[in-house]
Amino acid sequence: MGLTAAYFRVFLTFARNSLVRDMTFRGNFIIDSITSMAWMLLNLIFYLLIFHYTDFIGANTAENPGWGRYEFFAFFATSLVINALLQAFFMTNVDELTDLIRTGGLDFILLKPIDTQFLISLRRVEWSSLSNLALGLVLLGYSFVHLAYIPEVVQVVLYVLYVICGVAIYYSLMIALASSTVWMGRNQTLYDFWFYITTFSRYPMEIYTGPWGQPLRSFFTFIIPVLVVVNVPARMLVRLLEKQNWPLAGFTILAAAASVAASRWVFQLALANYRSASS
Amino acid sequence: MLYFTILRISIAERLAYRVDFALGTLMRFLPIVTQIFLWDAIFRGMTSGPGPIAGYNYHDLIAYYLLTMVSRAFSSMPGLASSIARDIRDGTIKKYLLQPVDMLSFVLMSRLAHKLVYYGVATGPFALVFWICRGYFSGWPDAWTMLAFIASLLMSFLLGFFLEATLGMIGFWFLEVSSLLFVYMLVSFFFSGQMFPLDMMPSYWPTVLKLIPLQYMAYFPAAVFLQKVTGPQLAWGLAAEAFWVVFFYLSARTMFHYGVRRYSAYGG
Repeated sequence: MGLTAAYFRVFLTFARNSLVRDMTFRGNFIIDSITSMAWMLLNLIFYLLIFHYTDFIGANTAENPGWGRYEFFAFFATSLVINALLQAFFMTNVDELTDLIRTGGLDFILLKPIDTQFLISLRRVEWSSLSNLALGLVLLGYSFVHLAYIPEVVQVVLYVLYVICGVAIYYSLMIALASSTVWMGRNQTLYDFWFYITTFSRYPMEIYTGPWGQPLRSFFTFIIPVLVVVNVPARMLVRLLEKQNWPLAGFTILAAAASVAASRWVFQLALANYRSASS
Repeated sequence: MLYFTILRISIAERLAYRVDFALGTLMRFLPIVTQIFLWDAIFRGMTSGPGPIAGYNYHDLIAYYLLTMVSRAFSSMPGLASSIARDIRDGTIKKYLLQPVDMLSFVLMSRLAHKLVYYGVATGPFALVFWICRGYFSGWPDAWTMLAFIASLLMSFLLGFFLEATLGMIGFWFLEVSSLLFVYMLVSFFFSGQMFPLDMMPSYWPTVLKLIPLQYMAYFPAAVFLQKVTGPQLAWGLAAEAFWVVFFYLSARTMFHYGVRRYSAYGG
């Protein structure tokens, strides 16, 4: 228990240092916040346009309801929240891992008396990315006002839980890809690959239907579980607690745990294979 | 002759990374897969039955996204503006001032080489994807449309080049232009029509967006191929594109001319 508290204190120090650094270059911080929101606002305009022409994403049938405008906005808001958390806490750090491996800078981190993966993953908190978290929460509130629907306490608790699962799955995928730099030397393409894979998780999973869609949906649910990242929490909140969601909800917890374990294993394997560069 | 040599050297340089290129090209089509399913879901979601969106039916839209990939293969200039700005900042640009080469022509030649190699490597993946997706197209357009399409693509290369070069030259006046370039990237992604056909915008917006040059970077060539722009409209569109090419050529030249005068060669 004492160890957890100690790690938490270390994390708080990282967070504070990052905040001090961000506040030193305040103009830069503001520009970063605005630009990261601008990109999401452009996406929002695109979705507004879509709902100018259609009523639902996906056919709206009794047993399989489509995503209406505000339901989809809640979905998009969830996607914003998850991505903002990922960017704030992990993205910059994991991105740096590839450089650390290539340049041999990892040596200095290995020397520190602390868990290497913890230190690498949380060294820096990108506070400006939290602007998108705020944007996501506002959009979520706005959607619920229009849906005239108040989620139950249970749903909110499950939502938080599944957002954490989603972040865990994304994080695992990212750190596993970054770790593979040890074997590949250079992996710019691999990192692009992460971006392209996650584009599949941007929309409700129901859109993947038909002879090509079904296998794709299964692949990105069970093999690389990026489809459950946004879909499950969004569904928890918008779609009430339908019975048919329970298997998927249970699976998501398993998938998150398995992803973290697998990425931890890949990371350790990468460390074992790491040969310091240049020194 | 000099610039031909520059072209030849740059081609050799680029060929060294051809595998990375081919892989990267195929991967760039992955988001299209999502678009295919998304738009299918959008058309299925219309309660009054699937009707065309701003004149585009489902097949047109997918064809449109595929064609904007072709437009972007011509008009996109990854890293051009930022590399010019960096050369100005760290002083590398003085090599162009000392050597008997014209900077803009030199950079144009190396970009041309980059593109030629890219087409050499990317034609395979492009042909494959278009062949797989041939069902989304309603056959080849007539010869005149094809000619206009090719002309619009070639001009979009020049437009993309001179526009980005102009942006890079802003580095003569401001040390740090990365935020500005990021804003440009956002704006151009949206207003060039890469996200959706510009016709989808409500009320007067399509008219306004077709007045600014960004539409030529993605929307216009695709719309020409799909025959959404025809007759006098097409002729005017091509003329306006040519105008913008000349405009940004002159602006890049002018900015270089005045920029060099206030340039003070930092760095070693």
